[in-house]
Amino acid sequence: MSGGVDSSVAAALLVEGGHEAVGATMKLWGGESDTGCCSVADVEDARRSAAQLGIDHHVFDYTAEFEAAVVGPYVAEHLAGRTPNPCIECNRHLKFDVLIERAELLGFDAVATGHHARVVSGLDGRARIGRGRDIAKDQSYVLYPLRGEVLERVLLPIGGLTKAEVRRRASALGLRPATKPDSQDVCFIGSDDGRRRFLSQRGDLHEATVVDELGEPLGSIDAVELVTVGQRRGLGLAGGSQRRFVTEVDLAGRTVHVGPQESLLVASTRLSAMVWAYEPVTGEVLAQCSAHGSAMAATVEAGESGASGEAGESGERDGVVLRWEEPHRRVAPGQSVVLYRDGCVVGGGIAEPG
Amino acid sequence: MTSMRSGGEPPHHDRPDRGLDAGAMVDMDHAATTALCDEAREAMEPFLGGAGRKGTRHGNPSGSHALARDALRALDEARESVAAGLGCEPGEVVFTSGGTEADNQAITGGMPPRSGSPVCSAVEHPAVLMPTEALGGTVVAVDRLGRVDLVALEERLADPGATAVSVVSVMLANNELGTINDLGAVADVVGRHAPDALLHTDAVQAAPWLDLPVRAADAGLVSVSAHKLGGPKGVGALVVRDGTAVRPLLLGGGQERERRGGTHNVAGIVGFAAALRAVVRDRAERAGRVAALRDRLADALTGGIEGVRETVGPDVAACSGAPGDRSHLLPGHCHLLVEGVDSEELMLVLEQLGVCASSASSCASGARAPSHVLAAIGVMPVSGGEDVAALRLTLGVDSTDEDVSRTVSALGETVGRLRDHRGRRGLGDDESVRPGAADASGRSAG
Repeated sequence: MSGGVDSSVAAALLVEGGHEAVGATMKLWGGESDTGCCSVADVEDARRSAAQLGIDHHVFDYTAEFEAAVVGPYVAEHLAGRTPNPCIECNRHLKFDVLIERAELLGFDAVATGHHARVVSGLDGRARIGRGRDIAKDQSYVLYPLRGEVLERVLLPIGGLTKAEVRRRASALGLRPATKPDSQDVCFIGSDDGRRRFLSQRGDLHEATVVDELGEPLGSIDAVELVTVGQRRGLGLAGGSQRRFVTEVDLAGRTVHVGPQESLLVASTRLSAMVWAYEPVTGEVLAQCSAHGSAMAATVEAGESGASGEAGESGERDGVVLRWEEPHRRVAPGQSVVLYRDGCVVGGGIAEPG
Repeated sequence: MTSMRSGGEPPHHDRPDRGLDAGAMVDMDHAATTALCDEAREAMEPFLGGAGRKGTRHGNPSGSHALARDALRALDEARESVAAGLGCEPGEVVFTSGGTEADNQAITGGMPPRSGSPVCSAVEHPAVLMPTEALGGTVVAVDRLGRVDLVALEERLADPGATAVSVVSVMLANNELGTINDLGAVADVVGRHAPDALLHTDAVQAAPWLDLPVRAADAGLVSVSAHKLGGPKGVGALVVRDGTAVRPLLLGGGQERERRGGTHNVAGIVGFAAALRAVVRDRAERAGRVAALRDRLADALTGGIEGVRETVGPDVAACSGAPGDRSHLLPGHCHLLVEGVDSEELMLVLEQLGVCASSASSCASGARAPSHVLAAIGVMPVSGGEDVAALRLTLGVDSTDEDVSRTVSALGETVGRLRDHRGRRGLGDDESVRPGAADASGRSAG
């Protein structure tokens, strides 16, 4: 329970459903942030919601695990010129790993969260992550690392409600977070300037030259590590008739390549570190490249390391190639790409350059 | 986030029902607080008022009419009682809101702070450490048991280049470990090297167990708190021995001889006095009985569970006592180090099994900060790269033989369950989720 409206209502629905529920707030972040994430006020809100629902409430200190599995890698990825998604890593390593293990240790059958997504029965009868009822708020994308065997221990009680319905429920129950604003994207960093300040405290940011397709310098930026493929704003380029987008970030060469929108388009995207809900999938899928992006038609081809399409013992097949049905904007390296079939997550992986 | 257990399936183990019956829990956290004793409750009752009731003693002792004079009489009697219990004159007792306020006032000297620089030991309560650090004071090392290092103290006090020392603060007994300091020896060092400095002792933990008129006699300033010794929360006292100038922290109506503004918490003070009288009356009997229970607890746990040891037990080299002699500790304290378990999980499972205790984590990776007390005594356990949990069990006057037995069996089961769980996860080999061990790319599909 983050202290927000979604997890508070999720807890309420569990109680209504007759479950023996206990609220837990994960204290993930003890450092400085603009957001006040994991603040005393949030914990209090969660505790008050739990008390109103008549359930016990714990605060679990996972700050060390969060630093090791989420914040540290987030910084390392940015400093390597890639674009990470810390929410996914938090779900992968914290909420649906250490927390679920602790729940089991304490004798609980499942962990429920306030994500806008659903655990559904796929066409083959197996549990899968499906999109939330409120498509605008759908969070199935950030849940792709959940494998089938983990899904047996996951409940997503508000996935069948719209955000408006969640807020109405919270109001009707008199829960304090009913009118709290939605949370930020990166919980431990607030504004864009916050990201710059945050990263500069943990590593060196470097100036870089911005060049066009012919290699002609157009200007310079002061932190190449903050630039993302596909980015248009914040490059310090004089406004012209043509909009220019970042097509490539050359960290070692301290160079940012820009070009017109067409130059961003690619026919395929390589993915690594694939996680599959069950066995690896090839063939037609819909692929989504950001938390609130649209899923586009593509075909999954086995990559070099998984040419046979066989999964390893862990159910992984490291790499695939995603061939887009229509030319697709280049995906920023480091971003997660999530694959859907029949409205359910079948797997996902991390975009590689090229 | 909500974790849940559905109704139909049999649970992994018995777990107390929700709507936790606090009365069914074994309280092994008496150093945190104690229940109000009957003597205190009865003494307070007339001062608590009640709608429509006549004859309650609700006056403000700062007034002048009959009701006020009645409250003032109760306050005077309580003050005499507390003074007798603490070994000082009634006029030397300044009633405060508790130990923290008393400590703050002792270290700062009030408003404005006195000149000179405070010095304290490294294992002091934050109520001493924080004002000391805020005033740019010095923190002096302790030995392996948590006793102030007299040589280090001497070096600081005798340093001709350092700022003049205003106050030296050394707690009579440590709240985490239970280790007792020899204040007479501290007073000797202060007297020889900084004769103008005041000596303060935080006697909050010691007060329920030690004879303060003797053990704290050398301190010009002494802090105590009522709720640690069977009194109510929100009241305590600072003993300010005759001749010691202390200004108020709270400026106001001039109460407590201009040393603490604010209307007196009459009911609380009366309860405090009653609880302290009961402590003085029964102290020797209580200390002997509780120490015997604690000894049985410590021996059973260290002897019966693999990887459990006493943090400052009789086997620690710095301890000069005979084998099994724990006279360097408060009678109720049993501080343990438990190998191979996570501190937070240890507390959670122990609670499920009906025991309330206190922890301070100490993590092999160093990512989770250990308690400042453990760090100061040099206990930063690294055991095969595994977590070592610190566990503080503290008994009280109401502790029973059955409490000890239940704690021994609950801790044995807890440790076994945690180690099994960890073994099943294979955390000994795969440390991907442990602090400091995550894949640097963060993308290992764990």
